[in-house]
Amino acid sequence: MLRDITLGQYYQANSRLHRLDPRVKLIATFLYIISLFLFKNITAYVIAALWLLLVIKMSKVPFKFMVKGLKPVMTIMILTVVCNMLFTKGTPLFSVWKITITYEGLKMAFYMIVRFVMLIVGSTIMTLTTTPNQLTDGLESVLKPLKKVKVPVHEVAMMMAIALRFIPILMEETDKIIKAQIARGADFESGNLLKRVKAMLPILIPLFVSAFRRANDLAMAMESRCYRGGDGRTKMKPLIYKIEDKKALVCVALYLFVLVAGGIAGNYLPI
Amino acid sequence: MEMIKIKNLIHEYIRRDEEENVVDIKRAVDDVNIEVKPGEFVAILGHNGSGKSTLAKHINAILYPSEGAVWVNGMDTSAEENLWKVRQSAGMVFQNPDNQIIGSVVEEDVGFGPENMGIPTEEIWERVEESLKSVGMWQYRKKSPNKLSGGQKQRVAIAGVVAMHPKCIILDEATAMLDPSGRKEVLRAVRALNQVEEVTIVHITHYMEEVIYADKVFVMDQGKVVMQGTPREIFSKVEELQKLRLAVPQVTQLAYELQKSGLPIKSGILTVEELVEELCKCG
Amino acid sequence: MAIIVDKLNYVYSDAGHQVQALQDISVVIPDGQFLGIIGHTGSGKSTFIQHLNGLLKASSGNIYYNGEDICHKDYDRKQLRSKVGLVFQYPEHQLFEADVFQDVCFGPKNLGLDRKQTELRAFTALRQVGVPEDLFYVSPFELSGGQKRRVAIAGVLAMEPEVLILDEPTAGLDPKGRDDLLDQLAKLHKERNMTIILVSHSMEDVANYAERILVMDKGKILFDQTPKEVFSHVKELEEIGLGAPQVTYVMQELKNKGFSVGTKMTTIEEAKVEILKVLKGR
Repeated sequence: MLRDITLGQYYQANSRLHRLDPRVKLIATFLYIISLFLFKNITAYVIAALWLLLVIKMSKVPFKFMVKGLKPVMTIMILTVVCNMLFTKGTPLFSVWKITITYEGLKMAFYMIVRFVMLIVGSTIMTLTTTPNQLTDGLESVLKPLKKVKVPVHEVAMMMAIALRFIPILMEETDKIIKAQIARGADFESGNLLKRVKAMLPILIPLFVSAFRRANDLAMAMESRCYRGGDGRTKMKPLIYKIEDKKALVCVALYLFVLVAGGIAGNYLPI
Repeated sequence: MEMIKIKNLIHEYIRRDEEENVVDIKRAVDDVNIEVKPGEFVAILGHNGSGKSTLAKHINAILYPSEGAVWVNGMDTSAEENLWKVRQSAGMVFQNPDNQIIGSVVEEDVGFGPENMGIPTEEIWERVEESLKSVGMWQYRKKSPNKLSGGQKQRVAIAGVVAMHPKCIILDEATAMLDPSGRKEVLRAVRALNQVEEVTIVHITHYMEEVIYADKVFVMDQGKVVMQGTPREIFSKVEELQKLRLAVPQVTQLAYELQKSGLPIKSGILTVEELVEELCKCG
Repeated sequence: MAIIVDKLNYVYSDAGHQVQALQDISVVIPDGQFLGIIGHTGSGKSTFIQHLNGLLKASSGNIYYNGEDICHKDYDRKQLRSKVGLVFQYPEHQLFEADVFQDVCFGPKNLGLDRKQTELRAFTALRQVGVPEDLFYVSPFELSGGQKRRVAIAGVLAMEPEVLILDEPTAGLDPKGRDDLLDQLAKLHKERNMTIILVSHSMEDVANYAERILVMDKGKILFDQTPKEVFSHVKELEEIGLGAPQVTYVMQELKNKGFSVGTKMTTIEEAKVEILKVLKGR
């Protein structure tokens, strides 16, 4: 179950998307997410979905990887959908007991879920096709202007990269600790909420201890390899915009144009 | 000039309570003198808690002497202006393979050191290529470290150090968490670096069979160097080693037992071939 | 009464691929046996032992403990886990309580024992693994590596299992620590007639302690014999990244050189006796 989280997991392949400059991918993802919130009509969503499908196709990442990324956020998704269905006022469609489902509520819920899925899948593609190091390099570069207002951009980027690198290791470790405690008779399934939270301690404490130990080791390893912050560092993979990247940016712009046009037109359509 | 010179080194771990009062002082390294010449392969043996790891961390300027001094390539490690030069000259490989790999792709991890040193991009790539090739991990350069075996991860870590062009590599119990084949892999890589590139190696371990190829062996106990010499000299003192909670390799033990039973076998047998040869002479 | 494994298969999916981790494993482990399992990393040995106490569910096949099918849905697996104790690799990573004694109490407490019983068991278990009493009320995180490992093993022993499975219990220990631990296991085996299943990388350890060895490779059992028999297949063992104890190589070399020695010796003592017999006989 713990291995299902794909957010922050790189999928190795050699696609156009993999080769793109991470800054382009970051900007494109950012714009894409905004674009999802610009319009609330079917035309805009169809255009956004088509764009997403095109990108998925280009990424050469198997589709099931994207779907896997959805699993952990499923509960939140269902919750929002249910809330939207229940609490949106409008023309009632049918009602059961005290609950009334309205046309608007249904529509809202539908849009919500579409938006949510596209948002998650969209950002998952970015992390699947970009190595964490590229991603942080990209972030660092995109956010560089913030350095002037004393935001520690390099440090934050480095922290992110390390977090991403250690997610799978800590996941595996959690799995092992859970098993080890079950082997000592621990029970994580029965009892009331308080009891269950208490039952988590035998997992959480060893996990924290291990995370601290790892952090300590890693800090030492980084220092012994002459790490001293972002100043004076060179890049193994410096970011340079290539023709491909410029083309990609044009494509993103084109997509936005089509979406805006479609979205405005969609507002006048009957559905 | 010595590659590494450790003179009267003392290291104390001091524990303090909340009011900064000293609660406990533990002397982990106690008056140690060691000299390592360029190109040597030196092993430091000792049981867990003998102070060997603490000693290693001084060579890389991760820890500083409480008393005494350490020089790496002529540079005093406690002088602040030498810090980065010392760390670059004496690279360190640690015990846990997972906790020392920073990059999420093999080649990016190897490039981490050179990046920190401010090496120009093109040269970083050259260094990454040569160092991955020198440990036989070139074909794995695009892989995620998580998909590698323990021995492979440690070879990546070694490559990461090699890319910094160090004069000396310290393996701080780098084989302790590996399986036998992983240990062999790592040792093979290290010996190749020592013989081909003439990198000085300081190998810290408690596996006796790993030190038979060393030029010199130091045995530590309770923070002190209690024995030193060639592997043959060390391994001929079977009983002393056992008292130090160390055990000699099985062949050495067998040879020793046979010698005690009256067979004319020389002391300090290191390999199966040697023992068989000796026994042939007896027969 | 024994553990009977019948045609056990285990398949899992990794990144969309089906991986057969265990293939048609059939084995009977009688009560009171000291069994060694060897195989290189990824050979399936860790996966196999996790089936024995129900932590992993077989894809097909059956496992019987004392005549009962542990894969059956009505089987009480919690009870099983107290009977078949499993000590994972680097078990000290699961310690969490404020002091050593409380940590060892965790297992028996989970079994629903009363306080007196729990503490008695914790006390006995700590004594069995040789943890001195002045460490009982120290935080487990302040102990040395070897001591932590003992405490963690005591944590499983306190459940008073009939079978004790240990995955690489000596990893990272120095030679003395390793010998002490293995001697303690041998003592448990002898005095309490406990079934011990020892998973190890070290041919020497297994040769010295186990009565029977399973050699695993690619999810299958390659050999299931006594140490002497297993280590006579030096060539096959080397092909799968394993080997034999050094003394076995010595004996084989001697035979190649024309000495009329036996080659099935796996311990120093045996080899010594054999060599002396042959050489002095000349």
